[in-house]
Amino acid sequence: MTDIKAALIALLAGLVFGVGLYISQMVNPAKVLGFLDVAGNWDPSLAVVMGGALAVTALGNAFARAQPAPLLATSFQWPTSRQIDARLVGGAALFGIGWGLVGFCPGPALAGLSLGLWPVAQFVAAMFIGMAAHAYLVPTPGTPVQPA
Amino acid sequence: MENFTPWSALAGGALLGLSALILMLGLGRVAGIAGIVGGLRADRQELPWRGAFMVGLVLGPMLCIAGSAAPLEITVSGNLPMIVSGGLLVGFGTRLGSGCTSGHGVCGIARLSPRSLVATAVFMLAAGVVVFIIRHVA
Repeated sequence: MTDIKAALIALLAGLVFGVGLYISQMVNPAKVLGFLDVAGNWDPSLAVVMGGALAVTALGNAFARAQPAPLLATSFQWPTSRQIDARLVGGAALFGIGWGLVGFCPGPALAGLSLGLWPVAQFVAAMFIGMAAHAYLVPTPGTPVQPA
Repeated sequence: MENFTPWSALAGGALLGLSALILMLGLGRVAGIAGIVGGLRADRQELPWRGAFMVGLVLGPMLCIAGSAAPLEITVSGNLPMIVSGGLLVGFGTRLGSGCTSGHGVCGIARLSPRSLVATAVFMLAAGVVVFIIRHVA
């Protein structure tokens, strides 16, 4: 039953996230590109979206850390990795290039499927292929490589 | 800067933070979209909540559109090769770099994670350079 409760909470979190992306217009790649185009007719909206999200998340984290455990799990899974390495920087650079080409990052691309536009579906399909390619080509650090 | 929409941006951003709070307090997980989606195939037990989050992510804007008299007009620019290569790079890059705009840019920076600060600076800069080249050089 925990599975169903967990799925309902995740559904709610997803709904709120999707509504947030819509209200802030981040589902519109043209809006995002307007932020990234600093030399053009600059639109600072994305920075305000991030600022609002950061403020609420930071407060939320402080509240969460004061709780003994999450509602439906034994512990909070805070990311623990500290290493700044070539994977992190290289991955972020590749992501940034793709983001700049179209104006979609993963959240808005998925949320954008709601609009029923072909280019969004094409982008999401390519994004899934890119993720699968990573899983196939790059072994997870710490796990031995399986012999073929 | 006549396109600047500070109030809707602030309200929408606050909702993204609220979503992160719901996921952390409920399931103890970080609301990084690339991580939620990319982990789909990793662990069968986690499939229900990851899938449910994605359903909500698409359903949220649908509800907004259904309830709105004047729905947002969305423009996706670029030809098919650009869209496909953009999608491939975003998918591969966010997995390699362990995060996207939400995972590093919001959740990571909110914890003042040095990794996320570096990743966010790098993807913002890379994206800015690409847009500059497309719009002002090429």
